[in-house]
Amino acid sequence: MTNPYVPLLVMGLLAFVMGLAGLLSSAVIGPKRYNKIKVDAYECGIQPSPHAASGRFPVKYYIVAMTFIIFDIEVVFLYPWAVAFTELATFGLIAMIAFLLLITVPFVYEWRRGGLDWD
Amino acid sequence: MTPPTVPVLASAGADFSADSIGLVFIKAAAILVFLLLSVLFALWFERRIIGRFQQRLGPNVRGPFGLVQSIPDALKLLLKEDITVKGADKVIYRIAPMISVFCAFMIFAIIPFGPAVQIPFTDIVTPLQLTDLPVSVLYFLGIAGLGVYGIVLGGWSSGSTYPLLGSVRSTAQVISYELAMSLSLVSVLIVAGSMSTSEIVNSQTQLWWSVALAPAFVIYLISMTGEVNRLPFDLPEAEGELVAGYTTEYSSMKFAWFFLAEYINMLNVSAIATTLFMGGWRAPWPLSAINDGMFNEGWWPLLWFLIKLWGFMFFFVWLRATLLRFRYDQFMNLGWKVLIPVALAWVVGVAVIQGVRQFTDISLQTLLFALAGALVLFAVVLLLIPEKKPAADGAAGTAGGSGTPGSGTPADAKAEAFDAFAGGYPVPPLPGQSLPPSPRRAKVTAPADAGPATDKENTDG
Repeated sequence: MTNPYVPLLVMGLLAFVMGLAGLLSSAVIGPKRYNKIKVDAYECGIQPSPHAASGRFPVKYYIVAMTFIIFDIEVVFLYPWAVAFTELATFGLIAMIAFLLLITVPFVYEWRRGGLDWD
Repeated sequence: MTPPTVPVLASAGADFSADSIGLVFIKAAAILVFLLLSVLFALWFERRIIGRFQQRLGPNVRGPFGLVQSIPDALKLLLKEDITVKGADKVIYRIAPMISVFCAFMIFAIIPFGPAVQIPFTDIVTPLQLTDLPVSVLYFLGIAGLGVYGIVLGGWSSGSTYPLLGSVRSTAQVISYELAMSLSLVSVLIVAGSMSTSEIVNSQTQLWWSVALAPAFVIYLISMTGEVNRLPFDLPEAEGELVAGYTTEYSSMKFAWFFLAEYINMLNVSAIATTLFMGGWRAPWPLSAINDGMFNEGWWPLLWFLIKLWGFMFFFVWLRATLLRFRYDQFMNLGWKVLIPVALAWVVGVAVIQGVRQFTDISLQTLLFALAGALVLFAVVLLLIPEKKPAADGAAGTAGGSGTPGSGTPADAKAEAFDAFAGGYPVPPLPGQSLPPSPRRAKVTAPADAGPATDKENTDG
């Protein structure tokens, strides 16, 4: 096997078949007794709140997601540089540290403005 | 198969060129079986160890030492009713557990269990690893990131409050800790000079990276616990707050897949920790020196790998038995304000040291002394700075309750008289309001102690 990605496809195929087989088998084997209460959303016994389906949640999570994207891109740049560390030599090192400093500036700004505080 | 268009780094890694497609299928199936059995074992292992921690026996009836207990537990799930909730988005609700379990299974494809061995009763020689990519570590992070989709879609598509909250919490948690995790791996990539897992294992013949890069290893250990939603970071399924988090509306095998994925993910991050930091399948030091590396050949490495893997699994159980769950704000603070800055600083530090070693003539000793001097200087400066802070907080401390230190002005807090019983039943104070000192407390101690208590809460975490 000279192409290293073919075994991944094989693994994915087996994992997919197993996942599907499990879901199908329980759907076939399991009992089916319909009950109006049973298929209601669970909220500890009280009437389910009607707002749940609209999918609203605190805006803080969006801020985390946006900050994540910045850092994730940073990490994506860090990885190839780390692997080619010796080849890129001093220029690569200085360029990367400059890049990290540039990323740190908005991070510090967000921190000071309270973007990372959770309450 | 297709001609080798992909450049394969065959320098120091495992060689897969002799593997036939049939062998690949057998290996993949073996990994699948290994993971399923490991999860069954892990369930027993966890209950048994937790039992020991809590001075009781744990499961001990079915089979020797209760080992078979997990099998009826798993079969029971298969025989339960498969419910689809009324408010659910039907398609995504069914796909989500599949995504979770699929991503969980895929990671072990790149884990080296051992070096090339001869399969018994045949003359096939093959590495104990399904495949290895030039970008294996990146692949691991990518698949781990994809696994989040299972959680977020599962929680969102249930059309219910608790699963939704559990899934957004889980997403924020996993992505935050994934950053710290991926940053901690960068230093390993710098010193190993490769992203291929088998090459990283081969780069640890002299020294394990968990020793040489101890801070990165510690950051990885903390962030891997956050990444797989385990105690003390199991906020997405904090049962006191969110019932069962994103799995609340799932039953039968759909639930089983989420559950299975969670345990396989524990095995995944443990296996990555073993491979990247603990020398992978290499024998620990005194053993590796015996008889010219006898224990690093043949089937022995599989044993070392499993011992290390289950060492990490024990670490997970140990944490669960010992630590309490974090509060969400403490948890996010730890991730964003401690782990990520420390990981970034560590990456820069390793890069600079490695750069000086490779690209200049300065000896490592001088460099380390200079670094230690700088560190001491930094520590002294750090000791001097926070001297002012408690005094400033003490002035603003009467604002009490929540809010960042220094942001709330004490004048506002005093202006607003807060009556907890105004609405007929007691309510907690809102931000900016403060409780009047309790009359009973005033008798016992001086009223000054209300300030420091709230300060401690603010600076905590």
